[in-house]
Order: sequence, then structure tokens, then C-alpha cells
Amino acid sequence: MAEIPTPKAPGLVKGLGVTLKTMAKTMFPSRGVRTLVPAPSQGAATVQYPHEKETPPPRARGVIALKEDNCTVCMLCARSCPDWCIYIEGHKATAPPRRPGGRPRTVNELDRFDIDYALCMYCGICVEVCPFDALFWSPEYEYSELRLADLLHDKERLGQWMETVPDFEPYEAGSEQKVRKVPR
Amino acid sequence: MTASLLAIELAYWQQTVLRSVGVLAAVLLLAGTLVYVFLFKMMSFMQSRLGPMEAGPYGSMQLLAEVGKWIQKEDIIPWRADRRLFAMAPYVVVLAVFLILAAVPFGPDAWFTDLDVGIFYVLAVSSISVLGILLAGWASANKYSLLGGLRAAGQLIAYELPMVLAVVGVVIQAGTLNMQGIVAAQADGEIFGFSGIGNPYIITQFVGFFIFLVSMQAELTQAPFDMPIAESELVSGYMTEYSGMRFLLFFIAEFASVGAFSAVAATLFLGGWALPGMDLDADYMNVVGPIVLLVKIMLVSFVVFWVRFTYPRFREDQLQQLAWKFLIPLSLVNILATMALKVAW
Amino acid sequence: MTVTERQQLAYVDAQAAEGRVNVELETDEGMVINLGPQHPATHGTLRITAKLDGEQVVWADVVPGYMHRGYEKLTEVRTYPQITTLVNRIDWLGSFANEVPFILAAERLMEIEAPPRARHIRTILFEMARIANIVLFLGDLGVQLGAVTPAFYAFRDREHVLDQIEAVTGGRFHPNFDRIGGLRDDLPKGWVADTKAVMARIRDFCDEVEALLFGNEIFQARTRGVGVIPPEVALSYGLTGANLRATGVDWDLRRDGDVGLAHREVDWRVWTHPDGDSFARCWVRLQETREATGIVDQLCDGLPGGPIMAKVPRIIKVPAGEAYVATENPLGVTGYYLVSKGDLGPFRVKIRSASFSNVSIVPWLLRGVYVPDIITILASLYFILGDIDR
Repeated sequence: MAEIPTPKAPGLVKGLGVTLKTMAKTMFPSRGVRTLVPAPSQGAATVQYPHEKETPPPRARGVIALKEDNCTVCMLCARSCPDWCIYIEGHKATAPPRRPGGRPRTVNELDRFDIDYALCMYCGICVEVCPFDALFWSPEYEYSELRLADLLHDKERLGQWMETVPDFEPYEAGSEQKVRKVPR
Repeated sequence: MTASLLAIELAYWQQTVLRSVGVLAAVLLLAGTLVYVFLFKMMSFMQSRLGPMEAGPYGSMQLLAEVGKWIQKEDIIPWRADRRLFAMAPYVVVLAVFLILAAVPFGPDAWFTDLDVGIFYVLAVSSISVLGILLAGWASANKYSLLGGLRAAGQLIAYELPMVLAVVGVVIQAGTLNMQGIVAAQADGEIFGFSGIGNPYIITQFVGFFIFLVSMQAELTQAPFDMPIAESELVSGYMTEYSGMRFLLFFIAEFASVGAFSAVAATLFLGGWALPGMDLDADYMNVVGPIVLLVKIMLVSFVVFWVRFTYPRFREDQLQQLAWKFLIPLSLVNILATMALKVAW
Repeated sequence: MTVTERQQLAYVDAQAAEGRVNVELETDEGMVINLGPQHPATHGTLRITAKLDGEQVVWADVVPGYMHRGYEKLTEVRTYPQITTLVNRIDWLGSFANEVPFILAAERLMEIEAPPRARHIRTILFEMARIANIVLFLGDLGVQLGAVTPAFYAFRDREHVLDQIEAVTGGRFHPNFDRIGGLRDDLPKGWVADTKAVMARIRDFCDEVEALLFGNEIFQARTRGVGVIPPEVALSYGLTGANLRATGVDWDLRRDGDVGLAHREVDWRVWTHPDGDSFARCWVRLQETREATGIVDQLCDGLPGGPIMAKVPRIIKVPAGEAYVATENPLGVTGYYLVSKGDLGPFRVKIRSASFSNVSIVPWLLRGVYVPDIITILASLYFILGDIDR
């Protein structure tokens, strides 16, 4: 079944009309009183970075933030990373008992938690598999460095990104997901 | 510019120097203005974007920055290229533009040369750029460039005929080959007895104007006739191996030739530097005339670039078919009709 | 061509490909040009060697492989979530569409069905991947043929689709959103309304492109009758997708296949065209984009409530077995043949990519065409290098 379209006006003329219309819309985007004032900066689709910036949606995968207190050094994130860009070192330590009269507990303490953003694929598997809510996505994207080595973010830096993590959004109607909370 | 313009007596060699510098300035300024207004801004607005905005206010210094960039680039010549021809080609193409612009009048006394065979000379020297393009294509020792150069040669030669024939209609109506005479004929003429707006040949020679525009588009190798530079196939066609200053010359030549041909079209069809109702011999017309001509150049160039940014390109054989099977018969019919009407009225 | 001459040319090709001096073999019959790996016309690093007689092609050959990244080998040493993120990058323009057949194959082996809401959202994102991919094709079509403006309109309007994908998945280009048993997360509030507005914009873009390109007489002169593929030849070369439907064969896996997507539940039609030339291929894709916007709208309207993920164990081990699932991806039919031995990752994954088969017809198709038509044909066949070479 094929319906080959027959244009009503000669295609050559219509094409010229499309480009002219786009030019007019770009140059004169305003309505009302200011119709004839050329304002291409508003009419064009360009966002003049770095003077203007776009805000990515809250779920955008910009950078990974670490909540150090929640991390139990289970190594799940490091194991599941497709690029093996997470470097974790920890040691076992003895913590005081939870209640007076109990026995001392063995806990894992985090020594080193580095994410190498030069390798990171921004896939989010590490954030997803973490069972203890220690990793979160933040939409921050302006962390380019002049040296490649500076793209290795250590524990402190990853903890600082926690401030930029937005709250989880509510879901669309019909969803049965529960909105999680970001530990602050 | 005659000596009376400046009210001092200049020797012939001094006049020549002034005129040469004037043509140089005209070509460069014209190319620069067209590049900024049409390539950087109009094309961008047609594509919903802004174009260069950082270099200078609203990107006005971008061309200066680009010129500086190209000048300081390394001069690369392919090792199998014919060095002398390779070096000569850009200059030949630019030369053609100078020669065309030298014959266009900007005012009653503001002209570089006033030839009696004005338009004939212009059409003749416009073919010098074909030589330059062929040289570039051959001397580059690159198959893509060769393909581009051959395509260009075929195309440019094919489209010169319709251009010449379209102009014949104008010449018949004006009765002279002299460019100033054509301007005067349009300003003072009448359309079937009505003389309010003179006789701009775009109205009476509308077929000729259409043919001239199409042939002009092809002569300038602008889309839809830009097979020689077909970017997605031949990278840059005959210009592929050129970098730095040599490429800058091609670039300037491309846009200056748009300006030059638009000036010729404006003179032939839109009335040139004159406006209906103005005193053609007044001295102030030497200042107002260039401005009027510039506005008309911008109008014609707008149409040229508008078409360029909108249409895809023709294939080489379709291009040739359009020239030989459609435009030339049409222009011959146009000449016949013009002759008949001229005799009848 | 004699056997020795072909061997000669093959040797020359091999030498040149190793980066040594580019030796040209000038025979009497014509000039050999290289639409080399770096070329504006090929969508990536595809190399086409063509022997020209003037401006006509006497003989052409396709040399893929410059972008081979070893996907099938990679999948042998990765787990299922890791592979899901890697296969995004095969067809990088419609990237969600790559995950779908893989996940469906794993779900078939696990005998799990995703809940209806997940199925619907999967289909919505699948069709949005198609829209993102084909919109760029329409823009790029203009560029290949010399019209620079439609490309910018395409990118401008495609941004909105990518914004919507980013709002759901977090990534514009590489969503990594499909999971065995459902999806990673549900839709954020307000997404459905925004998406329907974006679909309206895409329809406007389709109208603009139709006016600017398809209705243009020059475009029609360039594409009609160029690169005609008869349906039997198309089927024998394994052409799929819009290329096949443009030859008149009425076959679409969304309607004719039986995979776990929601296409059967909405009203849409399959577009075919009898000509089989470049114009037909481009036109079919334009109509498919419009159809896809309609599908997305209908699915958004009828989105069922419910969970987004079926009950799956925390650590997924797909039981041993083999499964092949193919879907109608934007580029054609993409299939994943999954062999599992019951581990955390598959034993072997064979990826049937659409562009590899689509490109196999190029040597047959390019005989006797003019050089500019090579570009038209390649543009209308539409392949993505990541899909050819994997």
C-alpha cells in the first residue's frame, strides 16, 4: 500500500517558505508590542553556554555521590562495574557493642573509595546494586579537569557531591513504586 | 573616479593606484559583509541557531579571527602536486572577481572603469574563474579534486550560455552594452508608457531575470549547483588540498564573486545605483549611489543564499540537462519576445 | 575481472589498509577511488572501494570492520546488567532498542514475563528510540544530498525526544534502563504530558521535512529511480526494516513477530512502497516516524497501572538454554541469540545486527551508478557503523 504524496504547491517554493518561516521565527520570536524587535538570542534554539546553562532533569546521570556512613565495604559496586573503575579498600575493625553489656561487633571501615571518571561509563549499575543506599546520582556535570589524574574522585570529593543530589521525584499516576528518600 | 570628484588633478598613474586600492577594498569589504550577514547570521537564523557570538559583539569579529587563523597556518602542498599551478590557481580565481567588480558603476562618477562594452566585458572575464578551478583540480594530484575540477568546468561552461542569452534581452531593451547606459535606461525608461518607477528590467525582463539568477547560482557553484564542491562526497572538491592562506583566497573569491555577480544583476535588472525619481547627475549621488547599490546587492545575495541553504544539490547530468534543455531554449524564446515587443512598441 | 586482477587489487587494498603508501592501480578500465574510512558520506568508519569509469562505478566493494569492538567476545565475560549497558552502544542513535531483544531473550530463558506497565513503557521507549534514530536519518539525508538546513531542524527537534528519555532513564543517549523482569524505575510525574507535546513537535518536524526535502523536485530527481532493489533480491540479501518494506514486501516484526512488547495492543499500520528506490526507502522511514509518534501517544493514553518489575531474585542467573529473540529495531531486524549455561553472565551471545545485512547489498547495488548516486544510495540504505561492526 503506497500513497505517494502530491504536493499542493511546487516543492521548491514550499521549501523556501519553510526556511524563511524559520528565519522569521528565530529573529522575531516575541508577540505583542515587541513583534518587530529582532531578538534572535531568544528565538534560536541555541543555549549560549557558559553564559546560560541548561538544567538537566533530576534523574540525569551526572556524577556519583557517596554517603560514606552507609557504606559497609561490601564491594558489590566495585564488582559489578563493567569498567572496574571503582577502587575500594577497607579493613575490619572492632566497634563498641550496640547496647551496654553486649559483645563488641566487627565492622568494615572504609579506607579508600575512588571512582575514576575517566573510565566510568555512567551506566549506574553501582548505584543500583548498592544494598545500603550509599551511592546516589547527581545531575552535576561541570567537573572537567585539566589533568586526567584529577578525574579520580576520592572519598571526600564523592562525599561533597552528596550536597548536589536532588530528592527523588514523585512518580506518574498508576505507578506502584515507592519514592525513596535521600539520606542527608 | 574622475579627477573632478576630488577637485584636484591626479596623474594617470595616481588614479590607477587609487582605483586598484579601491577595487581591493571593495572586494574585501563586500566579501566580509556577505560572509558575516549571510553565512554567519542568516544561515544560522534559518537553522534556528545563533551562529558565532563570542568573537566581538554578536560575532562580528569572527571573520577577522578566521582570517588570522588561516593566515598563520602551515602551507601544505601535496608532494605530487604541480607546485606552480597549485600556487597560481587561487590567484586566478580571485583575479576574476576583481575584474568583474571593476566594471560595475557605483554612481554617476564613482566607477573604476567605464567601458563601452561593459556587460560584454563582464561576461567575458567571469569565465576566468573556470580556469582557476580547473587548475586547482588538476594541480592537486588528488582524485577527488580532479573529479571536482572536471565537474566544475563542465558546469560553468554550460551555464555561461544561458547567462549571456539572458543578458541579451536586457541589452536589446537598453540599446547599449555600457553599464552606465543600462542604469540610465532603467531610471529614465517607461513600461508601456508608464514612467513612474522607470523601467527596472526585473519587471519587463522577468524571464531573463529568472534565467540570470539560476545561471548565476550555477556560476557561483552554490547549491543546488554545488556538485564541484559536493561536500558530502568530495570533501571539498577542487579545494580539498588547499589550506591556510590559499584556502582563504578561495573563500574570499567565493563570497566576493557572489557580491560581484549580485552587483551585476542589480545593475542589469534592479536599476543599479539609481533610484527612480532621483537626479542622475547630482554629485550627492556619488555617495548615495553606492549605498543604494549595496542594498540591492544584499537583496540579490539574500535570494542566492536563501536558495543555497534550502535546496539539495543536482546531480551533474541533471544539471547539464537543466542548462541545455531548459534554460537555453527559454532564453532564446525570451530574446525573440523581447525583440518583437521592442519593435512593436 | 580475472582472478589475478582481483588478487592484485585485494593485495593493494590490504597494503593500503595497513597504512603504507597508497598505491593506486591505474588500469585501463578505470580509476579506483576509496570512499575511505574517514569520509563525510559514510556514517562512521565504513570503507568502500569503487572502480570508476569516468563517473560510473564499474565495481564496488565494502570493507567494514574499522569499528569492530568485539561485542560478542565482551559478552562472554560480563554479567547481564553489564551487557545491557554495553549493548546500548551498538546502534547508538536508537540505543534503547538494542537492549530490548537481549533482555527479552533472557526473560524467555527465565520464563518470566514483565508486568503490563513495564511492557508498555518498554514499548514507548522503544518507539522513542526509533523516532530519535530516524529523525536524525532524515536530517542527515539532507546533508548527504546537499541541503544543510534539515539537519539542524532534526537535531533541534530530536533534543526534545532525548530530553524525555533523559527524564526517565537519566541518560540521553545510553539509557541502560531495561532489566530482566521489567524496567529499572518508573516514570516521573508529568512525563506523559510532556511526551505527548514532544510527539506533536516531531509530527511538525515531519511536516517540515516533507515540505523541505520530500516535496522538493530536486530531491525527487536525485532519489527516484536511483538504487532500485527488487523484492526478491532484497530478501535474498537479508535486507530488513524500512529497506525491505520499501521494495514492497509487507513484513514487520512488530506486527508479525511475537515478542514481549505492546505493539499488538495499539492501532497502527505498516508502511510499504512498491518502487524500491531511494525515494521509497526515505519515504517509508518518514511515514514510520509519524506512525511511531501515534503509537507513543496511544500507549501513553492507555498506560496501565501496576508494578514496574516482576519478582526476580536479587542475583540473576539465567537458567541454561538457548533463545533467539529478534525485534524490529529502527535500523532493521536486530536479533540476539543467547546461549546460557546458568551463570551470572551468558556463555555466548550472537548479535544479528540489521546494518550488517543491509550493507551486504552495496556491491550488487552500486554497479553502474554514478558517483553522486553512491552517496544517495548509502544515505537511503541507512546504516550505523556500530551496528555493522559491533
